[in-house]
Amino acid sequence: MKDKIMDSLREFGLPRLIITGFLVLLLIMAPFVGADLPTQISNIINRFSWNGILVLAMVPMVHSGCGLNFGLPLGIISGLLGATISIEMGFTGGMSFVVAILVATPFALVFGALYGWLLNKIKGGEMMIATYVGFSSVSLMCMMWLVLPYHSPNMVWGLAGKGLRTTISLEGYFDQALASIARIEIGNISIPTGTLIFFAILAFAIWAFLHTKTGTAMTAVGSNPVFAKAAGINVDRIRMLSVVMSTWLAAIGILVYEQGFGFIQLYMAPFYMALPAVSAILIGGASVNKASIMNVIVGTILFQGIVTMTPTVMNNMIHMDMSEVIRIIASMGMILFALTRKTEASR
Amino acid sequence: MDRNSAPLLTMQGIKKDFFGNQVLEDINLELRPGEVLGLCGENGAGKSTLMKILFGAADIAETGGYEGDIFLDGQKVSFQTPFEAIAAGIGMVHQEFSLIPGFDATENILLNREPEKHNYVSEIFGDRLNTLDRSEMDTRAKNAIEKMGVEIDRHMMINTMPVGHKQFTEIARELSKEQLRLLILDEPTAVLTEREAASLLDSIRGMSERGISVIFITHRLQEVLSVCDTVAVMRDGVLVECVPAAETSVAAITKSMVGRSVGTSQKREIKNSDGAKTILKIDRLWVDMPGETVRDVSLEVKEGEILGIGGLAGQGKLGIPNGVMGLYEAGGTVEFDGKVIPLGSPRECLDSSFAFVSEDRRGVGLLLDESLEWNVAFPAMQIQNKFLKKYLGGLIKWRDEKAIREVTEKYINELQIKCTSSKQRAKELSGGNQQKVCLAKAFALEPKLLFVSEPTRGIDVGAKALVLDALRKFNRENGVTVVMVSSELEELRMTCDRIAIVSGGRISGILPADSSTEEFGTMMLSGVV
Amino acid sequence: MNDKKKINLRQASVPIMFIIICIFCIPLSGLSPKMLINEIITRMGRNAFLILSLLIPIMAGMGLNFGMTLGAMAAEIALILVCDWQIVGVPGMVLAAIISVPISVLLGIFCGKILNRAKGREMITSYIMAFFINGIYQIVVLYLMGKVIPIKHSSIKLPRGYGIRNTVSLLSMRQKLDNMLAINVAGVKIPLLTFIIIAIMCLVIVWFRRTKLGQDMRAVGQDMEVARDAGINVERTRIISIVISTVLAGFGMIIYLQNMGNIATYTAHSQIGMFCIAALLVGGASVDKASIGNVFLGVVLFHTMFIVAPRAGAYITGDSMIGEYFRVFVSYAVITVALIMYETNKRKAKSAASMKLKEAQDEE
Repeated sequence: MKDKIMDSLREFGLPRLIITGFLVLLLIMAPFVGADLPTQISNIINRFSWNGILVLAMVPMVHSGCGLNFGLPLGIISGLLGATISIEMGFTGGMSFVVAILVATPFALVFGALYGWLLNKIKGGEMMIATYVGFSSVSLMCMMWLVLPYHSPNMVWGLAGKGLRTTISLEGYFDQALASIARIEIGNISIPTGTLIFFAILAFAIWAFLHTKTGTAMTAVGSNPVFAKAAGINVDRIRMLSVVMSTWLAAIGILVYEQGFGFIQLYMAPFYMALPAVSAILIGGASVNKASIMNVIVGTILFQGIVTMTPTVMNNMIHMDMSEVIRIIASMGMILFALTRKTEASR
Repeated sequence: MDRNSAPLLTMQGIKKDFFGNQVLEDINLELRPGEVLGLCGENGAGKSTLMKILFGAADIAETGGYEGDIFLDGQKVSFQTPFEAIAAGIGMVHQEFSLIPGFDATENILLNREPEKHNYVSEIFGDRLNTLDRSEMDTRAKNAIEKMGVEIDRHMMINTMPVGHKQFTEIARELSKEQLRLLILDEPTAVLTEREAASLLDSIRGMSERGISVIFITHRLQEVLSVCDTVAVMRDGVLVECVPAAETSVAAITKSMVGRSVGTSQKREIKNSDGAKTILKIDRLWVDMPGETVRDVSLEVKEGEILGIGGLAGQGKLGIPNGVMGLYEAGGTVEFDGKVIPLGSPRECLDSSFAFVSEDRRGVGLLLDESLEWNVAFPAMQIQNKFLKKYLGGLIKWRDEKAIREVTEKYINELQIKCTSSKQRAKELSGGNQQKVCLAKAFALEPKLLFVSEPTRGIDVGAKALVLDALRKFNRENGVTVVMVSSELEELRMTCDRIAIVSGGRISGILPADSSTEEFGTMMLSGVV
Repeated sequence: MNDKKKINLRQASVPIMFIIICIFCIPLSGLSPKMLINEIITRMGRNAFLILSLLIPIMAGMGLNFGMTLGAMAAEIALILVCDWQIVGVPGMVLAAIISVPISVLLGIFCGKILNRAKGREMITSYIMAFFINGIYQIVVLYLMGKVIPIKHSSIKLPRGYGIRNTVSLLSMRQKLDNMLAINVAGVKIPLLTFIIIAIMCLVIVWFRRTKLGQDMRAVGQDMEVARDAGINVERTRIISIVISTVLAGFGMIIYLQNMGNIATYTAHSQIGMFCIAALLVGGASVDKASIGNVFLGVVLFHTMFIVAPRAGAYITGDSMIGEYFRVFVSYAVITVALIMYETNKRKAKSAASMKLKEAQDEE
């Protein structure tokens, strides 16, 4: 019995244990140091709603054995293109959100297909190359944001009349487009019902997909590609599909993030966006080749919990804002831990 | 060779079991300085286990060590690691090359034994900062190559060398060790051309004259007779014969290698399918499967029969099913049921309903991290759309968990798979039960032809019988043609109707299963490369 | 023989591409040759040592050491301390170098141990490692310095009383090394002493390749299993290679910072790994093969591009930011291409064998 507990603890992993324990501690400490718990919880829920889909975007690629999608920025760029083009076309309000999704989709599909084709050529080295594909595309787009013929006065630099600004306000466009739907306000707690439902729909769709014939094949490819090949599966095609799905989800994810956050951030902003999403899903219990919807939900809550709670609680406790440092160490430590595990399917 | 000198090596009563499975029984062997011993036997006879014990291989100690005593120069020894064996003067050349590809021959010959020169830095920071003494390295490598008696370019990079020279580099490495007194050569001629093999034999004679004893493992019996002083034959973990080479012949060795006491295999009905139509026709097949290269195989399988494919390890019998199923690069033509099947596409094979049970259970055969249900149902679901519920006019194909559980439980009962439930993960089962899951997976496809590769490898006797019975039943009751590849001739003779023997990547002959073991044995050794 | 030529051409394709970019951009940039050469010489002195630190892990088969940032951070900590102790000029630098060694060694051992547990994905792990240690670095510099680690001078402390300011001035050391023995050739300043140190480092690396340890590292780098069978302690050898790289990166960072004249406390190290790796790859190195020649060719080409691209971009588009982003893009793209080439080459080698078989049968 004792062995079993030890085993499951080992499976869970020390870093994950520390992080969960840390969050629990923060929650317990919060009232004592004078932080307002409802506000905190409301913050966590809101941030969860912004980030959930970006974390969800990890799932398909992990399932097909492509590893953690460090190339998330590629999908994010598709989303940014969708958002900016939608505004450029003159759509406003909720409609601009719908158009943004519609415009982002073809970009995500094309970029995803190219990215998937590339990853199929370099099986085994996905994660490092994905990181740099993300970086290259972000820096390429930095030039593009300056060059592409955008004219909407709300987006371009006022003086030059061209080149997109680094931060674009979404007021009047799709700010809170989802969050304002059926929003529930109880005292200090504000629940963005619409965003949560949207996340739930996508999460359900992924869950359902994994229960279909193709979804089953995807899991099998990730679990043992040779087995899948011997069972007549076109491994490359399934992997390609998973990459396209991940990229598309990232595109949608960034749009949902922006509607909550209220701003579009361009240029170098998408650069490091993959790392929080990667560490969130790992904190939620996923490994390099196994991930579930539950991992996404738990991970996003834990990660965002730490991000929101540490500044207030720590500040009040030791009068030092160590939140940034703690976030870095916790998330990078988690990724390091996952990378050093023997995660190749047991042979 | 001096027959009267004291023995260099004495092995007394060596016994070894792997988890209760006896692989060596009471081996007694003696070797004098300068003596060349030829060690023959089928694969699985225990030759390599015996050599591993002598050489202190790690997996021997890990599996509980061995019984019996080994004396070297009259001193009792028991090596825990290969390094201890090397220090005591034993050298071994393995079948797989252990060479650094980007180093030249000299660097490989002296790998980690390079002569060094001290310098000021190494005085402070330790010996690893000594510089290499390149000229001394060159001299030593030159001497070792001279000792071997075969000329190779010592400045040539390994990755640009022909395989034969790689083999010689390894031998030279052993010879460069001053303390070397006993050299074990594990099938060294397998990769050599005829001329190279001949010069190797010369070099073995040369070593023997210098007083180095050699244990020479090979399937080429002619070589054994020409170079060895003594021939030892092993079979099923027993040393069946140990005679001076002058007193034996190829025929006699073959006989003791394969010849179980005739009559043990019970008489059984053998189906003659000569009249039946040809269901599978393989023509001029080549397969690039590492270690199991198929060079040129043409073969016809008749409908409804069980065809066995036998042969020694490394001769290419495993390459045939793997190549046909498209798991390794292959060429040639394969015709199934009158239809040409493109190679390199497992999907096409499965669609034309022939299934494959791989010899590599853990690597190819199973989803180790998934449940038995997934393992059993997966191919049938993907290929034949079984176990799926269709919604929206077939647009959504939903996994039918209930149907999957039912079929899995059916096979769990039928094949007596020992497990806690159909949800148990495949990796938690024992080897025999995993094999049964692989069979269930293939059965669930309801194929017309089933390829089974090494169905009994690494499983215990009880499970073995069950697996073979299941195969036979599947053939006889469902009329499914079975092609079974196995290294164990006896098992093939018990199960199959006809047996094809593969040797040197080619079919060396096909015989009815009730032919004598000697006939099979001769075929096995005929084309060995 | 033909194959070999093909590989060489592939290897050379990146430098050739860069030569073309440079030839195209130099006239557009409007820089005089003298200014350009001056800049390149300065940057060569500044960066070459850092890039040299990457060579040894590549030799040991551990790929591009994104963890060289660890050494840079160790050097920064050492420099901050030396700065506070007000030890100036070259002696200060030497002292900083000495202090950085134990920190670098500790970080190197830690990094090496982690990388040994992540064989086959050393690069992504060392990359994440750089971020992780950056978190620890921030704890030390932002919170511990001034509280636990005594810092006397308020000029480098944050106004709140602990933690280090965003920029620490190294005025006392600024180009002290470069100016010592500096010579002036036709208006081009050559920091002779720095170059001598770099040259000595090159000789050390050449010498190191000929030592037993160097030989072991090459063996481990090519085939860990074979090396282990031959009795080489693979794990230890790999750790040593990372430790050496980290220590050298620390020295390199000190040379780099004395040239810059100040430390951007929280950002100086963050990009250094990426730029050094990009420069090395531009010089024609690959993930598993790099020479001293690659280092120098890389420094010249990469930094020429770095200097001229923004100006050329501004000239073409009228927007200086374009060139700015262009050079960032090129740095990342170069690394991406090199990584892809490395992975595809690995796969190509595998499929070559089957062609031989087919030919053999056809011949019969």
